[in-house]
Amino acid sequence: MNDNDTSVDISALRNEQPRFTGIESGHRACLGCGEALAARLVTEAAGPDVIYANATGCLEVFTTAWPESAWRVGWMHSLFENAAAIAAGMEAALKRQGKATKVIALAGDGGTFDIGFQALSGMLERGHNVLYVCFDNEAYMNTGVQRSSSTPHAASTTTSPSGEARMGKRHLKKDIVSIVAAHHIPYAATSSVAYPSDIRKKVRRAMAIDGPTFLHIHSTCPLGWGHDGALSIEVARLAVQTGLFPVIELERGSVVSVMPIRRVRPVTDYLSIQNRFRHLFADDDQARVELEHLQALADHNIEVYGLRGEKADALDSEGANTVQRGGMQWA
Amino acid sequence: MLQALEGSQALARTVALCRPQVIAAYPITPQTHIVENLSRLVADGTLDCELVSVESEFSAASVALGAVAAGSRAYTASSSQGILLMAEVLYNIAGLRMPLVLTCANRAVSGPLSIWNDQQDSMAVRDAGWIQLYCADNQEAVDTTIQAFRIAEQCELPVMVCVDGFTLTHTLEVIDLPEQQQVDDFLPAFSFERRLDPANPISIGTLVSPDYFTEARQSHHQALENALQTIVDVQQEWGQLAERNCDALLNTSGPADARIGILTLGSIAGTLAAAMDRYTDNPATRLLTLRTFRPFPAAAIRQACQGLTDLVVLERALSPGSGGIVGAEVRAAFSEIQDAPRVHNFTVGLGGRDVPLEIYPHLHQAIRDGRGLPFAILDLEPDKLPEAAC
Repeated sequence: MNDNDTSVDISALRNEQPRFTGIESGHRACLGCGEALAARLVTEAAGPDVIYANATGCLEVFTTAWPESAWRVGWMHSLFENAAAIAAGMEAALKRQGKATKVIALAGDGGTFDIGFQALSGMLERGHNVLYVCFDNEAYMNTGVQRSSSTPHAASTTTSPSGEARMGKRHLKKDIVSIVAAHHIPYAATSSVAYPSDIRKKVRRAMAIDGPTFLHIHSTCPLGWGHDGALSIEVARLAVQTGLFPVIELERGSVVSVMPIRRVRPVTDYLSIQNRFRHLFADDDQARVELEHLQALADHNIEVYGLRGEKADALDSEGANTVQRGGMQWA
Repeated sequence: MLQALEGSQALARTVALCRPQVIAAYPITPQTHIVENLSRLVADGTLDCELVSVESEFSAASVALGAVAAGSRAYTASSSQGILLMAEVLYNIAGLRMPLVLTCANRAVSGPLSIWNDQQDSMAVRDAGWIQLYCADNQEAVDTTIQAFRIAEQCELPVMVCVDGFTLTHTLEVIDLPEQQQVDDFLPAFSFERRLDPANPISIGTLVSPDYFTEARQSHHQALENALQTIVDVQQEWGQLAERNCDALLNTSGPADARIGILTLGSIAGTLAAAMDRYTDNPATRLLTLRTFRPFPAAAIRQACQGLTDLVVLERALSPGSGGIVGAEVRAAFSEIQDAPRVHNFTVGLGGRDVPLEIYPHLHQAIRDGRGLPFAILDLEPDKLPEAAC
């Protein structure tokens, strides 16, 4: 490199990077996209000896506008509803070839809870050695914020709008992790983009297991949820701290650990900073009923999973986001 | 070695000879005996491969696709509703230029429900970008299946081998099943350059904007057109090895001076050949059996039809509101040439309706009567129609 040449040798730079990154910068995700961050964290923790099957959705679209690709790992996108089946085929092939390369399927909530549900169930039942990661941003964001079966109760989307006669989505969020765990797979867990150390830990756990594993990551969508992109992590953290999104781990269908909530927050702290719930704060009896309903759902989660922490814990809802790469010395 | 085998059994054993590494399938009549036989071969230890018994045809095609992308030879088989459930994946496999082989045990498509043979299923996906080869008998199905893997892997295109459900899949025939060594010599071990490999990461199936999509489609179209020559070459090579010669694109039999021709595809060809031997007092007839439907061998058809005044296109599928599917394409192939034969287009044998030997003199009568211009269903029984449809 001469003195006038300010360009950087990218491959040399990559080799000097302290950690492996599966998704490069320069992709086209929105500012504050929770899914982009969560996906990067997953690829970092999983390492380079992986091939990916990606369902149709934001992640596929914002990372691979031909002739560019943000992926530094072997990656394929086939269709919306078949990520689990593509991954199963990859795994069968690699097994046949005697390779230890892991297969990871990536999909959104639409591709997991709804249209890809059957393929997912089939893959889990057949026991393929696949880690399936669902980035849950609670609606069809790629097509412009339509409701999915993961959309929370009372959230307004373009197909469940709030109006004079409706308080947003009328139905409950599907309890996908329980359904997945009911396949009695070795490991199923939930996590949140607000807790990178938790994501990393769970990816590593899943990577070490020879069999089907499932990781459900709550991922904010500033555009679809209606909050400032800068608040993505805070919003995601509040979903956990209110009890609306329990962070849990299950082995063979049984809960084995939960992230305790150090200080339980009222659901209104979470709801009031997102436009998708704005109608719940109108001076309206039905709105008050729905708020009570959502608080009851959070209380139910806290009760059922025993989420209330007894004392401060480095890995609880206040501590876990301060755990850095390299250990818990800052916790 | 000659042996009496059921079509499905022969096909399963042929697939095994091709050493697939991943097989994914979902049972559907009349394809079931193929997957059952393959499962038996795996259980016996005769076939060493990953057999993925999936929860749907959609996943069968997807698993096969994933397997090829990860670098393994893959196979699947289906029929009818299964082919249609796969349709989205079939387009995707072809568009991503993934070499794999699918056997379609041809069956009617519901509704109303019919489990019996016609070719509506494979015709419904003729534009998916697959190579489609139609087999006249089970020996041809065996030979074509082996060739299909070679063609697929050489062209980086998927190949659908179409065999008439029941008529072929469930019929015992004397088959010359090749030796393993013969197949190994003909079909090299699977090696796919565009496979997903952590050491050399690539992205497959990206989002393509209007800036590039047309060119992607054109290159796919061109690949199919180029495949015509590969199909011919591969057939020639296998024909020499197996000492069985047939024409790769279109088989022609009958007197060269015939003025009347019948073009068909699939097992009806055998019925017509037998009928021509029996009903010898009919005008000389040239029998054209279309083996390769995609890519469409328009030039070969034009050549084979030289000298004909009348051509019957006899097919087992229907495009409601239009008529015959193959017939329309054959007519289009003649559109630029002078003195092309008159094309009589008939659909016959829908939903398993038997196509007997007697169809042959019936066709000659239809030509004399000027029927099938442009299109008719040949074996319709009008007294069974509801009144409103008459």
